Amino acid sequence: MIPELGQGALLVALGLALYGGLAAAVAGRTGRASLLQSAQHAAVGVFVLVIGALVLLTYAFLRFDFSVRYVATNTNLGTPFYYRITAVWGALEGSIILWGSMLALYTLVVIVTQRERAREFYPWVLATMLGVLTFFLLVMTIAAPPFSRLTPIPADGRGLNPLLEDTGMITHPVALYLGFTGFTVPFAFAIAALATGRVGEAWIVLTRRWTIVAWYFLSLGLLIGGWWSYHVLGWGGYWAWDPVENAAFMPWLTGTALLHSVMIQERRRMLKLWNLTLVILTFSLTLFGTFLTRSGIIASVHAFTQGTIGVFFLAFLALVVLGALGLLAWRWEALRSTGELDSVVSRESAFLLNNVLLVAAGFTVFFGTVFPLLSEAVRGTKVSVGAPFFNQVNVPLFLSLIFLMGVGPLIAWRRASWENLRRNFVWPVTIGVVGAALFWAMGIRSALAVLALTLTVFVAATIALDFARATRARLRSGQSALPAMAGLLVRHNRRYGGFVVHLGILVITLGVTGSQAWSVQTETTLRQGEVAQLAGYRVRFDGLSPSQESNHFRVIGRFTVSNGRARPTVMQPAKKFYPQESSPIAGVDYELGFREDLYLVLGDFTRDGTQATVKIQVNRLVSWIWIGGLILTLGTVLAILPERRPRPA
Amino acid sequence: MSKRIKFVAGGAVIALALAYMIYAGVTQSAVYFVTPSEIQAAPVAGKSYRLGGLVTRGSVKWEPRTLDLTFTLTDGKATVPVRHKGTAPDLFGEGRGAVVEGRWNSDGYFNATLILAKHSEEYKAPHDGEAGYKELMKSLGKKTGS
Repeated sequence: MIPELGQGALLVALGLALYGGLAAAVAGRTGRASLLQSAQHAAVGVFVLVIGALVLLTYAFLRFDFSVRYVATNTNLGTPFYYRITAVWGALEGSIILWGSMLALYTLVVIVTQRERAREFYPWVLATMLGVLTFFLLVMTIAAPPFSRLTPIPADGRGLNPLLEDTGMITHPVALYLGFTGFTVPFAFAIAALATGRVGEAWIVLTRRWTIVAWYFLSLGLLIGGWWSYHVLGWGGYWAWDPVENAAFMPWLTGTALLHSVMIQERRRMLKLWNLTLVILTFSLTLFGTFLTRSGIIASVHAFTQGTIGVFFLAFLALVVLGALGLLAWRWEALRSTGELDSVVSRESAFLLNNVLLVAAGFTVFFGTVFPLLSEAVRGTKVSVGAPFFNQVNVPLFLSLIFLMGVGPLIAWRRASWENLRRNFVWPVTIGVVGAALFWAMGIRSALAVLALTLTVFVAATIALDFARATRARLRSGQSALPAMAGLLVRHNRRYGGFVVHLGILVITLGVTGSQAWSVQTETTLRQGEVAQLAGYRVRFDGLSPSQESNHFRVIGRFTVSNGRARPTVMQPAKKFYPQESSPIAGVDYELGFREDLYLVLGDFTRDGTQATVKIQVNRLVSWIWIGGLILTLGTVLAILPERRPRPA
Repeated sequence: MSKRIKFVAGGAVIALALAYMIYAGVTQSAVYFVTPSEIQAAPVAGKSYRLGGLVTRGSVKWEPRTLDLTFTLTDGKATVPVRHKGTAPDLFGEGRGAVVEGRWNSDGYFNATLILAKHSEEYKAPHDGEAGYKELMKSLGKKTGS
């Protein structure tokens, strides 16, 4: 009964979304208010029904309703309560419902907040969002129906993929999908701008916060994904340039470009065409990513479900890209820039270069990801390019971007004078150079690490300089220090929110640099009582013990770790045996620190427990990646706060 | 006018640098997907390969003290001996599919620097050799031929 109800809800939602989308579009053309009203009701109905379907699916999971195929494949009687909820989006069908729910939620928020504010765009925005929802509901009803039945009903389910039994799994998909679906809002506004011919700054001003929110959630999703990879997968890394990761990284890159380029249009009325293109590109990449990872076309050890879903996404992607290109061609005349770049040395140029580099990075990631397909099509041999390719090509791009991060916010608009350059950059450059000398003196011999750290110091100095100057100006007007700083952050929250986000990126850069340059590892087999040494740590193997958990069995290794500074601690990396999996998976144990993490992975062992292989890693500065994520969060919150104009005195 | 020239020149420099980086990156890190039959037919020492096949039953030898792992990969027609230093990943096992990355050594061994068995939210651990083999071949994008 429940599954039929869920299936029915999705079908009705599909009908409503289709109707509402068409009604809103007609309302946009004719201006009929009653039709728009009706479309709005349909959209609210879609929201209620999709959320209802998600709740019903969750209910089926909690009740162990194994008559539903999706429940039976992703849970079993041993799955703990908490993971029965996260299992809802543990695989394809449920993740599409989650996606649809997020999109319906954004649509609802758009209705509530933009109905009056964005009157001219609103019908077309609603039509676009309902159009995208229609597509996802089509996928849910035809290509990946979550409620399809399984006969005969099994006594127990197959169980959740053990790698997904992790607390990160409640936040990671939710954040990632909030990011992906969030870009639908600026996309819808871009389509509305093209449909109405109002391609000026209005749509950009209206969507600024939406873009930031989507960008933030995408960043968060990527970071939590990295954290999951780091503490679950047992290889000690957080990023592998895997197609799945790349799929989420590409829209992040173009979305980051967008966040910056819209400022140029706001200030100088340039780049109209470019901004629309970036929005369309970013949205298309969110679809492309799903297509890439769900269709199984990319050779990878990922054994993703294959089926019709890839065709669905490809068809919709083609529709979006061709439709958007058609609209751009239609409005070609109106999209001519009204401003012009004045000088090569100006803020406009810095932002432009930032955009070029970000899109270039996006392109190289795209190129590397689809390279096996290209090479097979062109030369008939399957050739892939792995992490070395991505690192080699992207590291120079990212370092240049960090440099621009220091230049862009301080250099003058239009044309930077020598005076402007001297005033803003003499100190940061000096500090950067001193920093480089210090890093060298500290014994850092990796040129890349020195360069990355120097740039980080340089950018941090530009931010500090700007903040110090603005504070001093306020001090002169008689304020004391703390209120002056707080006032700055609140009054110019957009500027300083951006700076705080930049600081977050710098801190992440520090973590990435440190972990790439200075992490060390060793792998060794120890008999009971034997000691392995690495980077000042002594790791003694004390033995193995078994333990029965609710849905799996684990073998726990006991290792006593001492480093001469603190008291010895016991670490317990394990191997977990799940009945539904034919091989065990690692249960990593780690101790996080600001300077370094100690990370133990249990390998092979003898059955009597007298000997075990262990991988020991000392991963340097990795924690700063997660700390950078927190700073990023603060900056984003600051940037989207309502702007407060200083009251006229 | 000279401003326009500057922008065009700058753009051209960036485009060329990017093209060069991509070209160099591809030539230096290209990894060729091969099956055991293909590598046996024309092995090139020193070239990077990604070799996929089934781990032959009874072929896995693990030396815990020295961390030497040896096994053979087969596609039913040819068999390639593989050497690896270190523990195999979790999903590795006899009778199952594996993809190894590394180089061909002129002494007849494939030196694997990496054994691939990575995460996937929908990874179905193959329950028998046949299914695993099909899945593997699918992921390699090759026809099984038999």
